[in-house]
Amino acid sequence: MDNQSVLTAAGLQALFDSLRRRGYRIVGPKVRDGAIVYDDIEGVPDLPQGWTDEQAPGRYRLARRDDEALFGYAIGPHSWKAFLHPSVQRLWKSRREGEEVAITPEPPSAERFAFIGVRACELKAIAVQDQVFLGGAHVDAHYRARREGAFVVAVNCAEAGGTCFCVSMKSGPRVDAGYDLALTEIMDGGEHRFVVEAGSAGGGEVLAELPGRAATEGDLAAAEAVVERTAASMGRQMRSDDLHELLLANLEHPRWDEVADRCLTCGNCTMVCPTCFCTSVEDSSDLAGVESSRSRRWDSCFTMDFTHVPSGSVRASARSRYRQWMTHKLATWIDQFGTSGCVGCGRCLTWCPVGIDITEEVRAIRDNPMERGGGT
Amino acid sequence: MWTLEIEPSGPAPVAAAPGQFNMLTAFGVGEAAISLSGDPAEPGRLVHTIRAVGPVSRALAQLRPGAALGLRGPFGAGWPMAEAAGRDVVIMAGGLGLAPLRTAIHRLLTERARYGQVLVLYGARSPADILFRRELETWRRRLDVEIEVTVDHAAVSDWRGHVGVVTTLLGRASFDPANTVALVCGPEIMMRFSAAALADAGVRAEATYLSMERNMKCAIGLCGHCQFGPVFICRDGPVFRYDRIAALLRHKEL
Amino acid sequence: MSAAVKEIEEIVREHPFFEGLLEPFGKLISGCAKNAHFQPGEYLFHEGDSADQFYLIRQGCVALEIKAPGRGAITFQTVREDEVVGVEWLIPPYRWSYDARAVEFTRAIAMDGACLRGKCEADHDLGYEVMKRFMPVLIQRLQAAQMQILDVYGE
Repeated sequence: MDNQSVLTAAGLQALFDSLRRRGYRIVGPKVRDGAIVYDDIEGVPDLPQGWTDEQAPGRYRLARRDDEALFGYAIGPHSWKAFLHPSVQRLWKSRREGEEVAITPEPPSAERFAFIGVRACELKAIAVQDQVFLGGAHVDAHYRARREGAFVVAVNCAEAGGTCFCVSMKSGPRVDAGYDLALTEIMDGGEHRFVVEAGSAGGGEVLAELPGRAATEGDLAAAEAVVERTAASMGRQMRSDDLHELLLANLEHPRWDEVADRCLTCGNCTMVCPTCFCTSVEDSSDLAGVESSRSRRWDSCFTMDFTHVPSGSVRASARSRYRQWMTHKLATWIDQFGTSGCVGCGRCLTWCPVGIDITEEVRAIRDNPMERGGGT
Repeated sequence: MWTLEIEPSGPAPVAAAPGQFNMLTAFGVGEAAISLSGDPAEPGRLVHTIRAVGPVSRALAQLRPGAALGLRGPFGAGWPMAEAAGRDVVIMAGGLGLAPLRTAIHRLLTERARYGQVLVLYGARSPADILFRRELETWRRRLDVEIEVTVDHAAVSDWRGHVGVVTTLLGRASFDPANTVALVCGPEIMMRFSAAALADAGVRAEATYLSMERNMKCAIGLCGHCQFGPVFICRDGPVFRYDRIAALLRHKEL
Repeated sequence: MSAAVKEIEEIVREHPFFEGLLEPFGKLISGCAKNAHFQPGEYLFHEGDSADQFYLIRQGCVALEIKAPGRGAITFQTVREDEVVGVEWLIPPYRWSYDARAVEFTRAIAMDGACLRGKCEADHDLGYEVMKRFMPVLIQRLQAAQMQILDVYGE
């Protein structure tokens, strides 16, 4: 079997069946609560067929497409971190007996996910979180277990969302690494079909079982055209090669005050960001004080508690908290992990209640940088 | 203020360097970063000085003798004891900042011959707030270390020592600034002024070390809470060479 | 010139506060100076008194105090040898706003404020020289007060 094949929508159902037979818990896009979210799905009928999303800073609406595309939307509020780095993760339980306390670490999850419809920016986001949880001196066993068990079915984007800027961040729209299977959905030419490419041995095995036909030159050219059209239609840009120097030289830029006047410090951007990984821990116990446990939860640098020390919050102002989030994402992330923390997915624009646009904030600083003295 | 001595059970603890910290758990309540304040010559006794201000520290302070608590550590980069060898050592402590420095002072006094002059300059809020008062008095009786304590204000009846900010003690101290290592710990504002006063006295920024305080959860540089520009207090500090963070300290709320 | 006068001029010029003072200025200033000493517990001056003098401390320790209702006398600064007590003589209404008490046996040079003000008025070069030396004392006191107000060490 070649590593490229063409499937119909019915062939796609065979993919779901194959993954389920292999013991995967299949998670993919479905319409729920007025958005396209990632959730458990049974098969093709659960996919958001004929739906798309209209996105702008501070705005998200579902709309009907004039075709029956299965992946004809950009991205929703969810990202795969909800499954690889869940919002709550128990770390251990303890039990007191007399003066002794026994601690039982939480075993890593044995759950094997199959992710359906992973976009290029999301693959990049997973790679960024791999660096966070697997790339340093301390490997997170919970993340590793979920990550190593996951089967990734990626999708090349067929159109750019209203807040997308993956081309600027060199993270899309073409999926190029980190998947087991990659789909390109083709609607034109009269046949609704998917060009499928295997990106791993496991992906190749699954692909070999599917009722596909060999991809023709025409199929491959059509798939190529889909990605090229998406890249060309991306309206938003953010120059990213100099952000480390630019932002760290402008830590006292007046723009931070300006954005702080709009920012509600709600933390939505950190929740929807596919790379934000900050956590806090919470302990709880039974009423007798015999059993207790510790859980790790997503936290946000937009809260006052995040930097609380006995004398108060280190970042008490909205200005300082927005600045922390943006400079970490775009600049000091590079110090920490060697890459940017931004993949250009645009979620932080779309889901910001007041529509703050990170690309616009960068532009405001770039167009009018501080002369000197603001830097580190 | 509470001093908590922990006797390890289970595996032998990793020996802590002066200036490092542990994460202590009060089961069912939570975990807090607490600096080690004991004598490094007695590694079997893990001594922590705790200010009972939050739920975790209050719960730790209420533990009965013999009660179990959780401990992870030691974490972080400590004081540059090796670099201090052969040189004068100026210690500037403010308030609770004496606790993380106490371990370094013990080390200096234990290996007294390895160092030049040793000066401890300590500023506290009032005479009642002075930490380790008996120990300071014991040290003060030694001829090979200079201990100076100042308070911000004092009732006339209970204090005969210095009154004024800790930096005023520096002007009266005698040491060779070109051959000095300075160890500073206290509230950030006190450390900024102390580092500036040390620089004015001729101590190089490269020989001045500060111990920073931030909110810490994971202690391994991954939870994000203690980020300070490009560095993480728990992993890259808490002790930093001043020249490496001086520019960062100029930014408010970084 | 008598031995006593010469001696006080030397003491003034050797005190760190007047370090590097030009000789003619030293002469002028010393003309307003006299020796003073205080037993432990003895007050140099009290709040509300007219500030006719300042003191170059040569030995000992002086506590500057304010009485606060319900808190008794609070020491907010101690001044030791090589330092100076008193800036109030410089500016009207020339009145002390705190008490100064010798904590230990203290030797000082007491400077007549009115005398020195007169000489500074007459010779602005001398006046500038004196101001340059008092300004750091004022600024340091101000900075110390800022830190004390901030109560940086907390409970």
